[in-house]
Amino acid sequence: MSWKWIFAMAWRDSRSNRRKLFLYMGAIIVGVAAQVAIMSFRENLNESINNQTKELLGADLQVQRSAPLQPEVVAYLDSLSPNQARMIEFNSMAYFPKNGATRLSQIMASEPEFPFYGTLITNPKEAINFRTQSNGAYIDNRIMLQLDIHVGDSVKIGLNTYHILGGIIDIPGQSMAASFLGPRIILPFDGIETSGLLERGSRLLYTTFVKYPPNVDAKVIVEELEAMKDTLSFGFDDVAERQNEIGEAVNYLSNFLNLVGFIALLLGGIGIASSIFVYVRQKISTIAILRCLGVSSNQALFIYLIQALFMGFMGSLFGAILGSLVQLYLPVLVQDFIPVEIELFISWSSILLGLLTGIIISTTFALIPLLAVKKIPPLFTLRTAHIKLLQVLDNATKSLLTLFLIFGIVGYAWLMLQDMLTAVYFTIGLGVCLLILTSISVLIMYMARIFIPSSWTYEWRQGLANLYRPNNQTTTLLLTFGLGVTLISSLYLTQDLLLGTINFEGEDELPNLAMFDIQYDQNDGVNEIITNYGLDVMQNVPIVTMRLESLQGRTTQEILNDTNRVAKRWALNREYRSTYRDSLIETETLLEGEFIGTVNSLNAPVPISIEIELMKDLGASIGDTLIWNVQGIPIISYISSTREVNWQTPEPNFFVVFPKGVLEPAPQFFATTVSTPNQDISLSLQREIVVAYPNVSAIDVSQIVGTIREFIDRITFVIQFIGFFSIVTGLIVLAGSAATSRFQRIRESVLLRTLGANKNQVIKIQIIEYTFLGVIAAFIGLFLSIVTTLIIGYFFFNINFTPNFTIIFIEANVLILLVLFIGLLNTRGIHARPPLEILREEGT
Amino acid sequence: MFKILQVQELTRIFKSGSRELAVVNKVNFDIEIGSVNAIVGPSGSGKTTLLGLCAGLDKPTSGEVVLQGIPLGSLSEDERAKVRNKHIGFVFQTFQLIPTLTAIENVMVPLELRGDSSKKVKDRAKELLNEVGLGDRTHHYPTQLSGGEQQRVAIARAFINKPKILFADEPTGNLDTETGQHIEHLIFNLNKSQKTTLVLVTHDLELAEKCDRIIKIKNGKIDSDTRKTIQEVSQL
Repeated sequence: MSWKWIFAMAWRDSRSNRRKLFLYMGAIIVGVAAQVAIMSFRENLNESINNQTKELLGADLQVQRSAPLQPEVVAYLDSLSPNQARMIEFNSMAYFPKNGATRLSQIMASEPEFPFYGTLITNPKEAINFRTQSNGAYIDNRIMLQLDIHVGDSVKIGLNTYHILGGIIDIPGQSMAASFLGPRIILPFDGIETSGLLERGSRLLYTTFVKYPPNVDAKVIVEELEAMKDTLSFGFDDVAERQNEIGEAVNYLSNFLNLVGFIALLLGGIGIASSIFVYVRQKISTIAILRCLGVSSNQALFIYLIQALFMGFMGSLFGAILGSLVQLYLPVLVQDFIPVEIELFISWSSILLGLLTGIIISTTFALIPLLAVKKIPPLFTLRTAHIKLLQVLDNATKSLLTLFLIFGIVGYAWLMLQDMLTAVYFTIGLGVCLLILTSISVLIMYMARIFIPSSWTYEWRQGLANLYRPNNQTTTLLLTFGLGVTLISSLYLTQDLLLGTINFEGEDELPNLAMFDIQYDQNDGVNEIITNYGLDVMQNVPIVTMRLESLQGRTTQEILNDTNRVAKRWALNREYRSTYRDSLIETETLLEGEFIGTVNSLNAPVPISIEIELMKDLGASIGDTLIWNVQGIPIISYISSTREVNWQTPEPNFFVVFPKGVLEPAPQFFATTVSTPNQDISLSLQREIVVAYPNVSAIDVSQIVGTIREFIDRITFVIQFIGFFSIVTGLIVLAGSAATSRFQRIRESVLLRTLGANKNQVIKIQIIEYTFLGVIAAFIGLFLSIVTTLIIGYFFFNINFTPNFTIIFIEANVLILLVLFIGLLNTRGIHARPPLEILREEGT
Repeated sequence: MFKILQVQELTRIFKSGSRELAVVNKVNFDIEIGSVNAIVGPSGSGKTTLLGLCAGLDKPTSGEVVLQGIPLGSLSEDERAKVRNKHIGFVFQTFQLIPTLTAIENVMVPLELRGDSSKKVKDRAKELLNEVGLGDRTHHYPTQLSGGEQQRVAIARAFINKPKILFADEPTGNLDTETGQHIEHLIFNLNKSQKTTLVLVTHDLELAEKCDRIIKIKNGKIDSDTRKTIQEVSQL
């Protein structure tokens, strides 16, 4: 076989078609770019995590407990290393006397030795040097800007007032997103007890950070701590563990993004297959001539395979370059969620993998039509015959290619998801979507063939007939653009669905301000302030903290030690905050048993109501006996009922509800909810309460909603950014498909013009065809995305989804216009020039 | 005289649903080397199908074609392609030039395929294009040439591999009378100078009359087979 001639022939053959082949290349560029960008980004991120390992924790080890560490643990840590730093974390209201602003904040009272690794970065930079000042505080820079607070101003936390020394830019091991939950405030460890916040109901977290001396075997320490942690009830994290956790999270995110990007690549593949189909169809006579002159079937195949390979390679190369550039932008999108500083470098392995994936995908998809080249007989030089390319391939070849594709997709998805079952589901899901879209396109072509009324005008009949005529773009467009729309619209609608669940604005009957940690002796005072504002106290709920001591006669410790236990650790170990009342509230539904609201005798076991998920996680059932340790006093109870709770409301909800008549004498605090008419009154009320009762925390629902909205927006933007690649691919494929059929379109329009059709009629026919294609692709894509979102909502979030038709209407119009624009772009310039001139030029 | 083409019991049946149609039905004839032959017959008589079978472009349902001593029936499609490249030249009614190649590139294809040196091939292609009167249009694409010019390029291509036998399917069918006559002259002259055997399929009896032998096909069978005497041939 003369390779030199084959290459020369491939080059010559491509001459007049390079513009069309460039679009073919475009289909792969975007997909590869998405792959390379995400893979490079992951490489960068993993490398950054490896380089900044110790900074992830700020120490070698952290040991935590919701109360001061037990003396045994303290002694053990002392034996490990003298380099220790303690920290107490809790949430509390911060009050800024300068302008009266209040904000629920995350307080970290830490010794100045923390962090041992990495640097606490402040604004101004040198502010960190004053850290030993006993009344100095550092506050999230973001919140300082928001509330117009400056260095030198003061902040009141509980009973203490601190001078603000600087703004927090970065805390080692924490991402910016940590500040979304409330501004972080670092205070000195010494003197925090005088704030009056350590005893009064606040949830506290005591942490000791340890820096190991040299030559310590970290694994041994982990084993020893592991042995102690259950009996002494504490938790711990070391650098290796934290690195694993973050690494896993990064991999999950990047694998997910990669898969979304992979869909763009597959769409590109479909685009390639369809454009090569049209390309080969146009080349049938050339192939027949070559066969006639003595070209073997393999030589004929290689002439076209070389062109496809070259374009696939070039497309992948440009894609890799583009992907490496996009990679520079990705950190901007996610830096806030990542606890390390992302270092950027070129990842050659990602580029290579992207190139390889691009070439394999483009070649495999191109092979489907290209293998038919081998079957084109030289006899076609003597008589023109109509050939269906797919039909000339034997079933074995078709099955082999299909299997290769299926295994390829499953394999890639498996590589990305690390889970075979999910990879198979992904492939099946994709297959089902493609099958639905193909079936719909077949149906549309069938309907267009039989249902176009003869009474319609000529332009309408022609335009719609173009949907099923040879070289039509119906299937290609529906597959690529339709799938792209399905994907991106599903993401958009899911985001809308999630945001919808937290959108309480405008619902007057719901509270928008919740106050927690109100002590027993403060309750009346707080209620009075609320009433003085002319507002109603919507709920005033008592809360009693307790721990589970035993379940069905077995202590929690015994259950924890049982390797065959059903009960989950969190359910056995947690500190419960329970309430007591005589009836169910609106957010609760009784599922089983009887809700008993009042008891009169303390001698019998107390009937309690348990939330259904907790009951499952305890492995308990109705009638089971539970003993609670209510701040030192055991209370025997039994499960009399189980409830379903709607947690997505601002009201305080509870896992365990006691009847009235039992917990009233126990130490307790209160949560109160109010509906304020506007933000000004809400802020003013919060300020007054915090000034009077500094330990009371207020959760402003509108602020929380804003925060969650920002969080979801950012996360979905990242996903949509990658999902957008598939829409772009869909458009490129559409442009490619339109370009490859351009010659036929031109011939038709020239013929029509020759027969007397005017320019406007020809344009009208095209507008009708592309508008119809756009309408179908957009609506089917949107319909599928609504179904997908319904499924996601129902199975993953347990939310009933009501589609937002305004959004869908806007989306649909934009998509239809895009299709129309690209379709008409393809016929540009052919209306103004003489028909023969165009035919000669295009026919080469 | 040595036989370059032997056609034995050649049959080609096309199936259309449950119906079978024998387009070529048990045809037998031989073609002598260096002879000029015409296959004539009305439209649909099976003459083009017969040409396709003789040139190894199609496979018969039964019977055999032996070309230059090679039985084509036992060969695969790729092996037949080699035979075509080595021994056969083609001229088609619709010219069948490759639109993406220039005139000279079109002419060069058969020899390039053999792997001959490009300089030699180019020189030979130029020579042939000069012979057909297109020496100044070597770098034009088919769409930039008239029908007659395209057919002249096709003739140059047909002769470049010094074929033993040239099959021409209605070579003047798409051309006006004057151009058609010019093309006829070219084919006959080159055929003579290259000592090629010519098999011409036409329904133009005037053209057929210019050949040594006329095989008339009707309903897939040979209706008549007329040979001219040596005297008649020499008068042509």
